[in-house]
Amino acid sequence: MRSLLSILLIGVPVTLILCLVGLSHGFIEDSQKRQRGSGADILMRPKSSSFLSLNGAPIPEQLVGYMAKQPHVKMATGVYSVVVEGVTLFATGINYEEFTQMCGGFQFHSGGAFQRPDDVILDDYYADQTKAKLGDTINLLNAKWHVSGIMEGGKLTHIVVPLKTLQERLENAGKVNQIYLRLDDPANTAATVKYLTGIPALEGYPIISMEDFTSLLNVNNIPALAGFIAVVMGIGVVIGFAVVCLSMYMAVLQRTREIGILKSLGASKGFILGIILSEAFFLGLGGTILGILMSYAAAALIHALKPASLPMTIAYDWWPIAGAITVLGALLGALYPGLTAAAHDPIEALSYE
Amino acid sequence: MSSGVSNGDIIQIRDLCKTYRVGKVNVPALRGVDLDVEKGHFLSIIGPSGSGKSTLFHIIGGLTPPTTGKVVVDGKDLSAMTDAARTRMRKRTVGFVFQKFNLLPNLTARDNIAVARYIGGTDAKPEPEFEEVLRLLGIGERLDHKPNALSGGEQQRVAIARAIVNHPAILLADEPTGNLDTENSKAVLEVLRDLNRRLGQTILMITHNPEAAAYGDSTVHMRDGRIADRT
Ligand SMILES: Nc1ncnc2c1ncn2[C@@H]1O[C@H](COP(=O)(O)OP(=O)(O)OP(=O)(O)O)[C@@H](O)[C@H]1O
Ligand SMILES: [Mg+2]
Repeated sequence: MRSLLSILLIGVPVTLILCLVGLSHGFIEDSQKRQRGSGADILMRPKSSSFLSLNGAPIPEQLVGYMAKQPHVKMATGVYSVVVEGVTLFATGINYEEFTQMCGGFQFHSGGAFQRPDDVILDDYYADQTKAKLGDTINLLNAKWHVSGIMEGGKLTHIVVPLKTLQERLENAGKVNQIYLRLDDPANTAATVKYLTGIPALEGYPIISMEDFTSLLNVNNIPALAGFIAVVMGIGVVIGFAVVCLSMYMAVLQRTREIGILKSLGASKGFILGIILSEAFFLGLGGTILGILMSYAAAALIHALKPASLPMTIAYDWWPIAGAITVLGALLGALYPGLTAAAHDPIEALSYE
Repeated sequence: MSSGVSNGDIIQIRDLCKTYRVGKVNVPALRGVDLDVEKGHFLSIIGPSGSGKSTLFHIIGGLTPPTTGKVVVDGKDLSAMTDAARTRMRKRTVGFVFQKFNLLPNLTARDNIAVARYIGGTDAKPEPEFEEVLRLLGIGERLDHKPNALSGGEQQRVAIARAIVNHPAILLADEPTGNLDTENSKAVLEVLRDLNRRLGQTILMITHNPEAAAYGDSTVHMRDGRIADRT
């Protein structure tokens, strides 16, 4: 009973760590996949935007045509993305013809292309999450939109609207905040990025290959995330430590007499300490396993509730890390009770009721 | 071997004193005990409560060091021993049997015995001859039960098996029948006498009961931390 409770308490921070890491990885993988789904080789972003957000002065739409005329550039299209919820859920205004040509077309589960200026196409994740159906009217960005199609996810964004309408509704006519370029041959990417960056008219605009951009998307590049994970891990160690310390201390008190018996049989201090530490090891291990199981439950829950805005993966590579940290905390926590037990006077321990 | 005492004595005690310190008060438990016990002897120890009988056992068994005096057990001088050396000595040289049986409650009788083997440093399975001992103890059929499924007499016989499984030079039994009814007491006492007669096991037994003491070859009377006489 005591052990089960300890394992549960140890498992909770393990779950927290794994969920946090799983969410960050899921978010990153999901972003990478969707960016690649745009079919572009190079992207151009607003001046002074950070790589995750598109804040900064928008790009004049005229630049799209200018970019399309550059050597090796087969086509260019501008989009306007706005955050709808959290950090991962964007609505993106697109030029339908250009964009579908670049990404190879949308695969519709139902409905199809925009028919009306206020049409919106949702991907299946977002449609699932909001229970929106073809023909529904939905509220987005303080406006009403009519669902004209539900598409297979993975094409840049979860929500697609006509660029013109979005620009008007946001009072940002003639502006885009990202330009996607497709080249005649992906092999020319590096040379073209170099060439474009050298054009004086484009000075200040980050121009970056899709490959570089997606590789920039990692945990270490997301400000504060790495630190946050470290803090949660620290909390995990402290909780594991405290739980095991208390639990094993209780166990040692409860088993004073048994410890005395073992000592009367000739058990050394090291032997007693070893017993306590190995029990702590199993508590830590059990906590890790339970934590992993609970992270599956959390992932299933998140997937059922928010498939589009909280993509979560199972962070297999973090199992050993979380396990090692937890077991370490548990062993440290068992050290004091273990040493207390080892130091018990056998005669007193045997007369203990 | 230490000088001046006969080589047949497995226990040689000279002027043994033990004083416990409780807070700021010194409690003298033993005040000069002299005792020799021959190998293969069955010695009963009798005496009023607080006369120091258990303390004497704890010292012979290496659970606590003597304050002054000389204690040689199986050729080893305990007064010169470190804590760790006394712990090592407990593995093989002495076996304890207590009034309260002191079996590990979560383990079966067999595992209780195996733990002693394991701590003693031998592989967990006793040698085939030990089956004979278990039959002598009359617990061969009860080994797969946990202590709470055994009668007091059975528990005590398991405790005896555990105490002798590592072939200790001396078996120390502190009031082994103190918690048993007459019938079970008799069974345990007969087992001790059999062990002594058939296997030559040296036994020291504390008891309050003169009838029980009569099972021994001789009896030592303790009073106020000293040995009053030996019969
Ligand atoms: N660990 C200890 N700390 C302090 N005093 C102790 C300790 N053990 C024994 N004593 C004291 O030493 C004296 C002798 O105790 P001991 O247990 O040896 O007596 P005993 O003859 O075994 O008595 P009983 O027949 O009641 O078991 C008693 O006064 C007891 O209070
Ligand atoms: Mg006593």
